[in-house]
Amino acid sequence: MPTVSVGRDCLFAALGQTYTQEKFEELCFNFGIELDDVTTEKAIMRKECHLEEEADDDEEVIYKIEVPANRYDLLCLEGLAQALRVFNGKEGTPAYTLASISKESMLKIHVHKETSKIRPYVVCAVLRDINFDEASYNSFIELQDKLHENICRRRTLVAIGTHDLDTLQGPFTYEALPPEKINFVPLKQEKNFRADELMEVYKSDLKLKKFLHIIENSPVYPVIYDCRRTVLSLPPIINGAHSSITLKTKNVFIECTATDLTKAKIVLNTMVTAFSLYCRNKYEVEPVEVVYDGGKSLISPELSEYSMEVPLSYISRSIGVSLKADEVASLLNRMQLRAEKGAPGGEQNIKVSVPPTRSDVLHPCDVMEDVAIAYGYNNIPKTKFPSSEVVSLIELEDLLRLEVAMNGFTEIKSWILCSSQENFAMLNRTDDESTAVIIANPRSADFEVVRTTLMLGGLKTIGKNKNKSKPIKLFEVSDTVRLDGTKDVGATNVRRLTALYCGTNSGFERIHSLLDRVMEVMATPFVPIGDSSGYYIQRSDHAHEFLPARQASIIYKGKHIGMFGIVHPQVLKNFDIPDPCSVLELDIEPFLQA
Amino acid sequence: MAEQAILSYLETHEEIADSGNFAAECGIDHAEIVNAIKSLHGFLYVESQDIKKETWVLTDEGKRYAAEGSPEVQLFLAVPAEGSIAKDELQKKFDPAIFKIGCSQAGKNKWVEMGRQVSRKVVQVEDKVKDLLLKIQKAQVIGQADINSLKARKLIVLQTWKGYSVRKGPSYAPQREKFATDLTRENLQSGDWEKLKFKAYNFNAKGPPSECGHLHPLNKMKDCIKRIFRMMGFEEMATNRYVESSFWNFDALFQPQQHPARDSHDTFFLKTPSTTMQLPEDYVERVKQVHESGGYGSRGYNYEWKREEANKNLLRTHTTAISSRMLYKLAQDTKQNGFTPKKYFSIDRVFRNEAVDRTHLAEFHQIEGLICDRGLTLGHLIGVLEDFFKRLGMSNLRFKPAYNPYTEPSMEIFSYHEGFGKWVEIGNSGMFRPEMLQPMGFPEDVRVIAWGLSLERPTMILYGIDNIRDLFGHRVDLDLIKKSPLCFIGIK
Repeated sequence: MPTVSVGRDCLFAALGQTYTQEKFEELCFNFGIELDDVTTEKAIMRKECHLEEEADDDEEVIYKIEVPANRYDLLCLEGLAQALRVFNGKEGTPAYTLASISKESMLKIHVHKETSKIRPYVVCAVLRDINFDEASYNSFIELQDKLHENICRRRTLVAIGTHDLDTLQGPFTYEALPPEKINFVPLKQEKNFRADELMEVYKSDLKLKKFLHIIENSPVYPVIYDCRRTVLSLPPIINGAHSSITLKTKNVFIECTATDLTKAKIVLNTMVTAFSLYCRNKYEVEPVEVVYDGGKSLISPELSEYSMEVPLSYISRSIGVSLKADEVASLLNRMQLRAEKGAPGGEQNIKVSVPPTRSDVLHPCDVMEDVAIAYGYNNIPKTKFPSSEVVSLIELEDLLRLEVAMNGFTEIKSWILCSSQENFAMLNRTDDESTAVIIANPRSADFEVVRTTLMLGGLKTIGKNKNKSKPIKLFEVSDTVRLDGTKDVGATNVRRLTALYCGTNSGFERIHSLLDRVMEVMATPFVPIGDSSGYYIQRSDHAHEFLPARQASIIYKGKHIGMFGIVHPQVLKNFDIPDPCSVLELDIEPFLQA
Repeated sequence: MAEQAILSYLETHEEIADSGNFAAECGIDHAEIVNAIKSLHGFLYVESQDIKKETWVLTDEGKRYAAEGSPEVQLFLAVPAEGSIAKDELQKKFDPAIFKIGCSQAGKNKWVEMGRQVSRKVVQVEDKVKDLLLKIQKAQVIGQADINSLKARKLIVLQTWKGYSVRKGPSYAPQREKFATDLTRENLQSGDWEKLKFKAYNFNAKGPPSECGHLHPLNKMKDCIKRIFRMMGFEEMATNRYVESSFWNFDALFQPQQHPARDSHDTFFLKTPSTTMQLPEDYVERVKQVHESGGYGSRGYNYEWKREEANKNLLRTHTTAISSRMLYKLAQDTKQNGFTPKKYFSIDRVFRNEAVDRTHLAEFHQIEGLICDRGLTLGHLIGVLEDFFKRLGMSNLRFKPAYNPYTEPSMEIFSYHEGFGKWVEIGNSGMFRPEMLQPMGFPEDVRVIAWGLSLERPTMILYGIDNIRDLFGHRVDLDLIKKSPLCFIGIK
């Protein structure tokens, strides 16, 4: 996106009001430009020269404003301020006109056919009785630079020359000649150069050397002369010194030579529409006739407005807001598009006149966008599509299952129903009859209670697979159930993670590592005992399924969420496991209660 | 040996008052005694208290002088009792450092006359420095003034000595028991597990690092975003096509051939294969027309469209190249079977010929979502964006008018970032231009709304990474991959 630097105070003066930076940013945001940087001329200088001086308070504030790449009219203060004034409803879109001047008295430029070999197009215009001051003069020069950099694609497509018309005598000729036949004093030089010599000189010119390739290898160079053979310019490289414009210049002759005629016309229009503001006859431009070899001619610039008929329904249905024709017209007027309600009868259309400043408007969709911008994107009511949600506990379970498997543990799916014996006595626990859901009509002892612990399934699995090679590493993420008087049915599911290690030694450290990893992926820091901002491990002796002092409580954010330890040899015996075994079991629901 | 000495001593004595003296009495190195105390303390056999003593010890230089005499005395002795010696000659007798110090100290003491010739000024001297150094070596006390002068000459330094006083601890026994570190199969088989005493675990430290695999944070984020798209009813597009023609990457998107993005400073063009071989000709003709002279209600760009430009191969600059192919396919299908609305998404690699810095890489991942249906409005686009970004954890959105060659209207998406305290741009969106859709063959009322963002930006924000190279590419910080937590975007 191109950036335009404008003096803040000049801009506010042109807007007819001042803004706080915040308010100005808001205006930019709504219009679709962006205040990219706030700086000062001196700060830019200091940065370029790597100086570290203190800033003065009275330095002029510069706003660097990013504008859309297809809005060439916004590349200078004049165009930018006008667009914002119109957007703010302070004024209407100006009507640009060509000075009524007879074809005979019109300035002419004759295009020689050799130009087709190198740069075939030229369009011109005259700004009469212009009144520059220092700011507008600088802006005029800067706009040319900005256009050259952007739409002109570094002068390859279009190059602009501006001249003091009073130093020249029409008609002009646009020719293409062998370089050695072109001789003139170029801008910022005192002596005469031959074009081929000049190219050599510019090879060491930082600014100009990047443009040389455009014509360097051509047998002919494009050149513009007046009727006294004064060189106006050697496009796209340099202008002649003779016709250079100054602050005092009253009549400006603008020529745009090009390889792309459409873009040349846009560039010329951008120049003349922005600066005709300073002419005695505001917004009036004097045309120039471009006469080609063979007699074909065209009058430039073309300031006529382009008309479009856009169905109201297209606009409303695209934006999603039902708008009346009058509303649309007034919204468009704020975007510098002159619009009115179309003729009644049939489909309601909006008649839109696109001024020469708005070359970006190609299709009714561009008009529709301008309606939406003026209406305010953020005022458009939103329409929701149907979409679905997930259960966070299930997603958490899935992510954790994957993580534990990636730690080398194999997933099992064990039974939820078990015998009371297994759930309590075999784990060295006593049934206090306040924890487990009891089945009333079990077919066998295997279905007496709903498990209250997940490690049961793992221990049973190891007991039945004891001939498998060691170590055996298993895990399961599933639900246990406990009695809960606060629930409508008197019981509640508790989702847990269990992991077991069985080998020639207990594998306690491996289980400890797994716990650390689970906490790491839950972004939970390891903290000192007593700190409730993360997790810590506390020695424990009270769980009888583990060996005393070979067991630990897991404290997560101040809350006991589970245990790990070496399974008690008596328990191992109960499950017919001949090898030592370590087990981790913890609730995963607390992870979601952040 | 040290351990047994301590335990035995404490059997009959109340206390070991000073581990240093105790070591000397037992004839055991003090360091060994200290290790034994620490270990016994860990198992609560003993209680110990720190003792700190500060003593002066000789530096290497000091040790040398204690043995060989001070440089000044050495120098004095080298000067003949009668007559004199040439300075040059005297110098040859010493190493340069000794000579330099000797001269300066002997001169200061007025022992010798220094000049080209050196002669004695006194008959005899006392080596006070050497005597003092020897006293310190024997741990004898010397005066503060002498200490200061030796310290100034860097001949002595203060050394802190650490030792302990030791008493019986709560688990004291005259013999250390053997502690088990783990329960083993042998313990179970022999049944001796009941008698085992275990070494206490240290739960103040984490367990050993786990030997696990890790997924890359970018892919974790990608999985989350895929899940979000699926919840919203989007299907994924196949994106396994890095080499693309300018046609599908730009021209089909109504991006004019002189557009700056098509410059070589923004796009990687290809030397091999340099041009594309095949394009759908009738469609190419319609695209050429719409660029050159418009149609479908458009004025067009009015320039001479060149097939050679469209044929130039490149590495895709956006996944929208895939979208344009998919939409073209959908439009062809529409001609045959009637129109079916679609919701598509893709997340894959794109390439830009950009300078690499903390926030830019020549490769990154683009997330793109699009909906193709009749009757779509800007209101739908805003609605779907709010849903999508809310699931990413960004619920406060604003939309700014913007320019993009293939969307009109175009909206930049901004979200209020609490941490930065300002609105930040998080993506781009818009409605595809009719000049893009209608040449494909879509009916006039079919609209496409679409949005895009990078995968890296939200990942960097989520994982607090400020240098993109730590995240992606071979300069990656492997610890960062390993430590990255699970991605819960779109879950809670």
